[in-house]
Amino acid sequence: MAGPMSVAKLMNRLELNRESVLLIRNDTLVPGDAMLEDGDVVEVRPVISGGAS
Amino acid sequence: MKCTVCRGPAVIDLRRHNSNFCAEHFTKFCTDQVQRTIDEFDMFRPGDRLLVAVSGGKDSLAMWDLAARLGYEADGLYIGLGIGEYSDTSADHVRRFAEGRGLRLVEVDLATEYGYDIPTGSRAARRAPCSACGLSKRHVFDRVALEGGYDALVTGHNLDDEAAVLFGNVLHWQVEYLGRQSPVLDARDGFPKKVKPLVRLSERETAAYCVITGIDYIVDECPMSKGNSHLGYKDVLNQMEQQSPGAKASFYFGFLRSASERFEAEVDEARSDLAPCERCGAPTTAGVCSFCRLVDRAGGTIPPGGSTTSGDPASPVAITQPVELRTSAS
Repeated sequence: MAGPMSVAKLMNRLELNRESVLLIRNDTLVPGDAMLEDGDVVEVRPVISGGAS
Repeated sequence: MKCTVCRGPAVIDLRRHNSNFCAEHFTKFCTDQVQRTIDEFDMFRPGDRLLVAVSGGKDSLAMWDLAARLGYEADGLYIGLGIGEYSDTSADHVRRFAEGRGLRLVEVDLATEYGYDIPTGSRAARRAPCSACGLSKRHVFDRVALEGGYDALVTGHNLDDEAAVLFGNVLHWQVEYLGRQSPVLDARDGFPKKVKPLVRLSERETAAYCVITGIDYIVDECPMSKGNSHLGYKDVLNQMEQQSPGAKASFYFGFLRSASERFEAEVDEARSDLAPCERCGAPTTAGVCSFCRLVDRAGGTIPPGGSTTSGDPASPVAITQPVELRTSAS
């Protein structure tokens, strides 16, 4: 996707629930208002886990 | 976005707390929340020996890290479940974590110790994989905690886990289980004390804690847990959380505060039927416990010593012979 774009806008566009994922850039968390630029590589890491034990 | 505490750049926003934190103050927030929970529910005290059940995932490793960071004496317990590459990778994460911090790790391998693994046991017993896994883990947790004389068994269940379990128990009106939703269950009837100090932290928060503090956990989900109802409940609750921040905490802590006591009678009634398993001595309401029946169906064996000396289900130590334990560090 083309930047610049805020993290919140990216999550909306990808229809991600902010409770279910973390966004990580260069091993660092990026908050919702951070701006992403062209060339940024961002990991969308799911956080939901676990079976019913 | 600025940190609510120091006004430096924030790395995470917590809408349900109406707060943003930098890395340093988010770490402090997590340790404060966990210490508050430990104290509020009288889970354990300095000097107690803790056994932390670790899987290699974010929650259990965060729990172990926080217990050590807060100064508690905490050993880890890892169970080899035999779920192919997933188990191999998760074991590597746990071993590296323990070795890097000089923490003592106890390992029990189901195939070595009991002659079966989770995929085999699940198929043979015709149980859902998560059911066979949970049953196996609970048995080993209890056994090692009792045998090792630990003051409490600590698990990494977080707010999302507990809210999802509560949601499922309410949906199906499992009244006996509703009476056991407390984050602390005292030692009784042959069970060790069990505590869940992470219940004030959401799943997103424990994951963020790991990223910020450099805990290298297994990110991939267990390949056998796909499609289980528990994950579906979490998804539903997170949709509500997105619309109404704080909904999960309100649901769970509101239940503990206002309704959990109403279900204690059902728990007491179930406990009155407990007696030692004829095979392994663990408390059960049947002659032979569910775990021993699972092992039988899977073609495994209960190791010698899996019986009680006293036959008293209230005895704090029910196991006579130690299982083969592999440890690293000390």
